[in-house]
Amino acid sequence: MSVNRPFTRAQRATIVNGMLAFVLILVVLQLWLLTATMNAYLGGDASIIWPAAGASVACLALNAGLLRYLYRIEHTRQ
Amino acid sequence: MADRRGEPLDVRIDSPAREGLTGTTPASVYRPYEDAEQVTIAPDWRPAESQPAWRNDFPIDWPQDHYVERRDFMKFMVLTSLAFTVGQFWIVLQNWLRRRRGRPELMRLSSLDQLPVGSTHVFAYPSQHDPCILIRSDERRFVAYSQKCTHLSCAVVPQLDAGVIRCPCHEGFFDLASGRPISGPPRRPLSLVHLEIRGDDIFATGIEERTL
Repeated sequence: MSVNRPFTRAQRATIVNGMLAFVLILVVLQLWLLTATMNAYLGGDASIIWPAAGASVACLALNAGLLRYLYRIEHTRQ
Repeated sequence: MADRRGEPLDVRIDSPAREGLTGTTPASVYRPYEDAEQVTIAPDWRPAESQPAWRNDFPIDWPQDHYVERRDFMKFMVLTSLAFTVGQFWIVLQNWLRRRRGRPELMRLSSLDQLPVGSTHVFAYPSQHDPCILIRSDERRFVAYSQKCTHLSCAVVPQLDAGVIRCPCHEGFFDLASGRPISGPPRRPLSLVHLEIRGDDIFATGIEERTL
């Protein structure tokens, strides 16, 4: 995605709001994953531990990518 | 050059007074340019002249302030996301350690004579930190469970006459025959200790954690 033309302040506010909503959804998903995995682990079911860890890493990568993009927008602005 | 009232012109190209002007108009006829990015807007959206004196003395760039607080909140959420991922891998590590420990060893718990009908025997299995309880509910029926409540690990107490195992901390109840939760906060059954009777002795042969 090109960010050669700086976003205006209003555009950046909209972008950060959208990103924040997405990040919040992913964090809630991760919280659910953690509690479900812990429940399964305590119940002796180890089959979902690795897939859940992979899904959590994917969520973290998405979140970190969004944050990096936000800082990139700011850097372009400056 | 100025508009009909003699005021400087707006620099915006779509302003009505600029109609018909060419690019040769000197810059001095225009009003000083205000960068829209730098205009401070008060939270009540009223103009600066209508704001109280303290707000003019200590101006805050509110749109920028809102942007920065959302950006920092997003950063905090990404750190929370990292913490959840670390938590997931902590479970992976715990599972690896559990598998490494392997199956617990056979352990003699009691003899049949030492455990009359309606009595219980407390023991630790598979380690010293895992209290369990053996219950003889009738002549030929023995059950053993972990004594840790699956809610918050309080010690559970069997009530043989009512056919339940009770957790006194938060009034959780488990079925005596199966160890499954009946009421209260616990959602998982008590861990089941597998038993084997060899001759006159009762042995624990393994422990089974259950989700349902």
